[in-house]
Amino acid sequence: MDGFLTSRVVTDILGGLTNGAIYGLVALSLVLVWRATRVLNFAQGAMPMFATYLGMGLLSYSWPYWVCVGVSLVAAFAIGAVTERVLVRPLYGKPEINPIVVMVGYLIILEAFAAAIWSTTPRSLPAPFSPIDWRLGGQPVGLSPFSLFEVVTALAVMGAIVVLFRYTRLGLQLRASALAPEVSRLLGVRVGRMLTLGWMLSTAVGAVTAILVASNFFTGLTPQLMDGIFAFGFIAAAVGGLDSPVGAVTSGIALGVVLQFVGDYLNSNAIILVALAILIVSLMVRPNGLLTRSAARRV
Amino acid sequence: MIGVDRLTVTFGAVRALREVTLRAETGQITAVLGANGAGKTTLLRTISGLVTPRSGTVSLDERVLTRLKPEEIARLGVGHVPEGRGVIAEFTVEENLRLGAIVAKVPLEEGLAQQYEAFPVLGQRRKQHAAKLSGGERQMLAMARALIARPSVLLLDEPSLGLAPLVTAQLMATVAELCATSDLTVVLVEQNASSALRIAHHAVVLNVGSVVADASAAEVAADERLRQYYLGMVE
Repeated sequence: MDGFLTSRVVTDILGGLTNGAIYGLVALSLVLVWRATRVLNFAQGAMPMFATYLGMGLLSYSWPYWVCVGVSLVAAFAIGAVTERVLVRPLYGKPEINPIVVMVGYLIILEAFAAAIWSTTPRSLPAPFSPIDWRLGGQPVGLSPFSLFEVVTALAVMGAIVVLFRYTRLGLQLRASALAPEVSRLLGVRVGRMLTLGWMLSTAVGAVTAILVASNFFTGLTPQLMDGIFAFGFIAAAVGGLDSPVGAVTSGIALGVVLQFVGDYLNSNAIILVALAILIVSLMVRPNGLLTRSAARRV
Repeated sequence: MIGVDRLTVTFGAVRALREVTLRAETGQITAVLGANGAGKTTLLRTISGLVTPRSGTVSLDERVLTRLKPEEIARLGVGHVPEGRGVIAEFTVEENLRLGAIVAKVPLEEGLAQQYEAFPVLGQRRKQHAAKLSGGERQMLAMARALIARPSVLLLDEPSLGLAPLVTAQLMATVAELCATSDLTVVLVEQNASSALRIAHHAVVLNVGSVVADASAAEVAADERLRQYYLGMVE
């Protein structure tokens, strides 16, 4: 049994699940914004990065860790709200290329600002739990208290989003605003606020992700922190279906596991190639995403 | 009471409504009739704030609604059942109703129970997706969803569209009953003039954006010229 738990396959699966949980969170945050406002948010990594600098930067003033996490989340809510109100709102109803160009520009500006303010030197964030793998019979099992914390946090965030959307009055209004804005307004739903809230939630999910990523000893917090992760999260969202939160999360986790095997058995340079190949094949076979019902949605 | 005063709406160079003036009295059904393109739907969309008029005003009792947002107008008690019904197909019957109850002042359970009593078929299908409903059932759901908020005004846009005559008759009977048992003000837009005139108290006929007749439903129904030229009711 010990041998099995420390075997290469199991270690890869556990490592893959940890990465996949992160990709799933990024994919989820993209889906939240896409469903609400039909904007593909290329700054989905950069906005939470900025919030993480604002919050976790307070660690240098010896603020307690969890307070800094709280400040990061509040900053994320604020950045999400301001971005939607100021930058995104004028773009509704415009050609689809407009928000893409604006959000790519926003990404570049945010990263440049972060570099100007905080420099590009990685800042190490303390992991709240040990990042050293548990051992069984002297062999590492591919899971550390911190990576378990990552997976549990990711699942908790996903669960909270599901509960919010499925079972609450607010969630009902958020979904309705995304599906049928005009009808929702006729029923008294303040759609504008709901769209802002969608961006706020999405940026907060992103901030949780960014903190987890930055707490990894090997990355640390940098302005480009989320660039690579965003690419994988984006692929997960596109493969799973931009309209399907469940699809995005599932394909994020699956992508993490597959890429872990690719990195271990093939070559770590092959990871991005395989990821892009998965994206291209899935777009050819199921352009609407694996888990999106293929019928066109009536809006 | 809904008052519309010299309302003009333009879409680019097209004048959809020209100086339209009418009153829909409390507790009465006011039918708005006319051919395709007469401006009936635009009139309702302007009342509920979806369309901003070029000039003129809309008021609810003494309060001017013009330039308020649709969601605020809905919160003041104006229920609008749009053309094509607007039920959210991805939602279950009950989710559609819960959405309608967002602005309701009565508790949700009480509102649901009332609507399921008024429309038993919705109660039987509460857990089903609205996409699975028939045309008549969707219309009932759209009405129930508007009524659960207890509006003081109900704007109905072509409720008979695409429905079998028997279903239309049932629906009209429901509207008439609602109006008789409460102080509901109903503005009923219809192309199907005969079924609307049967239950309406008052009727306004629109033609290319202008009011061509404004009289009691009985008078409009008896006017041979109106029937022939504007309502397409040829015997």
